[in-house]
Amino acid sequence: MSTSNMPLPVLKPNDYASDQEVRWCPGCGDYSILAQMKKTLATLQVPREKVVFVSGIGCSSRFPYYVNTYGIHSIHGRAPAIATAIKVARPDLQVWVITGDGDALSIGGNHFIHAIRRNVDINIILFNNQIYGLTKGQYSPTSPLGKVTKSSPFGSVDNPANAISLAIGCEATFVARSIDVYTSHLQYVLQRAARHRGTSFVEVYQNCNVFNNGAFSYATDRKTKADHVLELEHGKPLIFGKNRDKGIRLNGMEPEVVELGKGITADDLMFHDEKAEEPTLAYLLSRMRYPEFPEPIGVFRDVERPIYDDRVNEQLVQAREKRGPGDLNALFNSGDVWEVSPNE
Amino acid sequence: MATPTPTQTSQRVRELVEATVRFAGDSGDGMQLAGTQFTNTSALAGNDVATFPDFPAEIRAPRGTKAGVSGFQIHFAARDIFTPGDKVDCLVAMNPAALVTNLPDLVPGGLLIVNRESFDRNNLQKAGLESNPLEDGSLEGYQVFPVDMTTLTRRAVEGTGLSTRDADRCKNFFALGLVYWLYNRPLEPTLHFIETKFASKPAVAEANRRALMAGYNYGETTEAFHSQFRVAKAKLPPGRYRNMMGNQALAWGLMTAAHLSGCKLFYATYPITPASDILHELSRHKNFDVVTIQAEDEIAAVTMALGASYAGCMGVTGSSGPGIALKAEAIGLAVMTELPVVIVDVQRGGPSTGLPTKTEQADLLQVLFGRNGECPLPVLAARSPADCFDAAIDAWRIATRFMVPVILLSDGYIANGSEPWRIPDLEKLPRIEIHHPDKPNNGQVFYPYKRDELLARPWALPGTPGLMHRIGGLEKEDVTGNVSYDPQNHQKMVNLRAQKVANVAKLIGPAQVEGPEQGKVLVLSWGGTYGACATAVKRLQEQGHAVAHCHLRWLNPFPTNLGDVLARYEHVVVPELNMGQLLLLVRGRYLVDAKGINKVQGKPFTVGELVEGIERYL
Repeated sequence: MSTSNMPLPVLKPNDYASDQEVRWCPGCGDYSILAQMKKTLATLQVPREKVVFVSGIGCSSRFPYYVNTYGIHSIHGRAPAIATAIKVARPDLQVWVITGDGDALSIGGNHFIHAIRRNVDINIILFNNQIYGLTKGQYSPTSPLGKVTKSSPFGSVDNPANAISLAIGCEATFVARSIDVYTSHLQYVLQRAARHRGTSFVEVYQNCNVFNNGAFSYATDRKTKADHVLELEHGKPLIFGKNRDKGIRLNGMEPEVVELGKGITADDLMFHDEKAEEPTLAYLLSRMRYPEFPEPIGVFRDVERPIYDDRVNEQLVQAREKRGPGDLNALFNSGDVWEVSPNE
Repeated sequence: MATPTPTQTSQRVRELVEATVRFAGDSGDGMQLAGTQFTNTSALAGNDVATFPDFPAEIRAPRGTKAGVSGFQIHFAARDIFTPGDKVDCLVAMNPAALVTNLPDLVPGGLLIVNRESFDRNNLQKAGLESNPLEDGSLEGYQVFPVDMTTLTRRAVEGTGLSTRDADRCKNFFALGLVYWLYNRPLEPTLHFIETKFASKPAVAEANRRALMAGYNYGETTEAFHSQFRVAKAKLPPGRYRNMMGNQALAWGLMTAAHLSGCKLFYATYPITPASDILHELSRHKNFDVVTIQAEDEIAAVTMALGASYAGCMGVTGSSGPGIALKAEAIGLAVMTELPVVIVDVQRGGPSTGLPTKTEQADLLQVLFGRNGECPLPVLAARSPADCFDAAIDAWRIATRFMVPVILLSDGYIANGSEPWRIPDLEKLPRIEIHHPDKPNNGQVFYPYKRDELLARPWALPGTPGLMHRIGGLEKEDVTGNVSYDPQNHQKMVNLRAQKVANVAKLIGPAQVEGPEQGKVLVLSWGGTYGACATAVKRLQEQGHAVAHCHLRWLNPFPTNLGDVLARYEHVVVPELNMGQLLLLVRGRYLVDAKGINKVQGKPFTVGELVEGIERYL
């Protein structure tokens, strides 16, 4: 047998690109998310055939066509259910759900809830642009109250859904948020999501430059973003601001923005613990919204819990160990059986 | 414990070819249990049996009311039978409500066994009776046997330590014992059942055993009954048999199909009457590598089945009419992505929630046409409880051969009914051949929508290097499977999908006719009405009429010769437990002036009403 010093082929981000023309609007935030995903897959060196992207309906859900892996562009809202079955059937595959605010939180809300509470080992990436883009501009379940759109000319009267709060309420074991234009941060979050075992939920603020341009400008504008975004770091105090002179302090169970100095030090601030067993503080963070608070990005929560697909498959193994591998002939002939002989 | 064998002391034993018994009582009275026991015992005694359980949708309707009456009917015979019987020869009524609701089905002069003590003022009132039928002469046309079952049962179980309330719950075994004596049935199977079932509750086991024996001995010693009956063994084809309920047969058929195809069975479902027992049965058999998922809703269940099939499993979902309606869009996705999925529809009375526990051939048009777009798929229907086993295997065989979702129709009547099932020789069942490609099918390129001679596309599994591809609900370009909005391509793909389903007819064989090849009347049936139709036609044939019977297993596609068959008879009569769904199809498809016999009363056809309906065309 000859030995080889040739390195194994290394997959580059572009190796994860399919031959299909990407058809999102020019300037759409989806392009960046696609690029960061390809870099993430290259960083992790996942074999392309071991990856499945499952999506529902909406602009974001065209995503599977643009990656050279396995993929299903399914029906509206149902991707988490399809992904659950794929992962249970084939634990060797890395399964991603690509969804949007309408797909995951409106028509598919039920599957979103149940995939998370079961803790299936899949990664759900929600592109939140606070609008229905593919149907050309109606308000979505994350649109702010009063939002004027084609279907709400007098302003939306719906209270918006908070995706991160909902995920935490479903006992999510991994919850994170990033922003389409925060390229390195987004890559970091996607990598963390891929590495977490159990359901990983990532909300990505994504700009729809056609129907909802600038919805997240407070968080992306160079001049203001440092004051409006708080980057979560495990074990670190919650500090933000251009000069890193502001922080979040807990007053009882109420967070408040404080200025550092003037007798307040970093030690007085809330410290982030993404491994906390209780989700209470993660939930509290999810409630911090612009403009009253800086909005946290990064990993809110990353804990280990039993995984659904493991449990399903372990039951099969245990049943075989306990009762022996199934034998149809034995089953057919069990219980009350009688013989009819030819001469009867 | 030694189990006594009943000795036959009575001189007055009458031989019968067949008999029909119905146990009726409150839904908490254990009538289903008594009926199941009587069925098993009769099957073990060598009779052919057919059963019909009939129970309310409410788990415990108010005691003593007509709404709460639960019944179980057993037809057992020394010949082969196909229905649970039109009329009842022996009715056991545990209370006035059970008597009132079931009496119309008792044959004139039939045996009526009642629990006399339950005919008090309160219960009579609940049953809407102003006077006591046991005293007012209204039961004169029957052989009435009032028995003080409550007192006799309490006395029998005295000393077992059971409370009066628990003692009273043994009444069903007393009634069963009495009917066992009446029909000369062995006690051993039920004694064995009691021993096993209540192994952890010895006092309950002992009480039930005593109640059963007391009932039997009551018949033996009181001389209240003029005679006993005996139904000899039936002449069934040789082999090993067991009694099978439809849902159990369906579950075992799915497991066998998985075995024959080498796929892992993946059953995702949401609980719904009358399909849930399939889930209950399959979830017991995890050592057969069977995955069962109780999904969050009907849509999740069908999309999980689809996801599982995509990943290489045998993806199956099961439901009833309301759930099938919810699954419609996802079934369309399975048609578009051309993945093999089996969708089981155990039909019940509709529309909407309808009659959850009652049977109806409610969904033929729904499963054929209840989706957006041109969305054909193969549909087959099981014809009897035991046939559910074969139908499940057929469904998966066609689904995988053609890469298409298949809908398997059952109904509440055959799902909960039972009959003897001849245990098949597993080695002789034909394998279901499946091929998953492992290399590109066009040079270096893999085309996911390149088709074989029957138009099936390849089933390439994720994880296979070099075959990465994307599928979805958007229209596909022929061969490449890329998204395409091209007008000509859409026309072509709609035609291809339709032709593929039409090609199924090449594998299902021609329509078969029982009876004359041509003549006056052809009775055309499908699904669970098979038994009643076959029996009615046979009866008319015995009377010398030129009546034939054609039963359809496949509702889509139809057998290729069906049009020719229909044209050979003066009249085509289509009995259905709906308002004429197959009728609409054959009239539209073959331009025949077919006539329907239709009933939607939550009950199966009786042979009598079919004979009457068909006679109109003779």
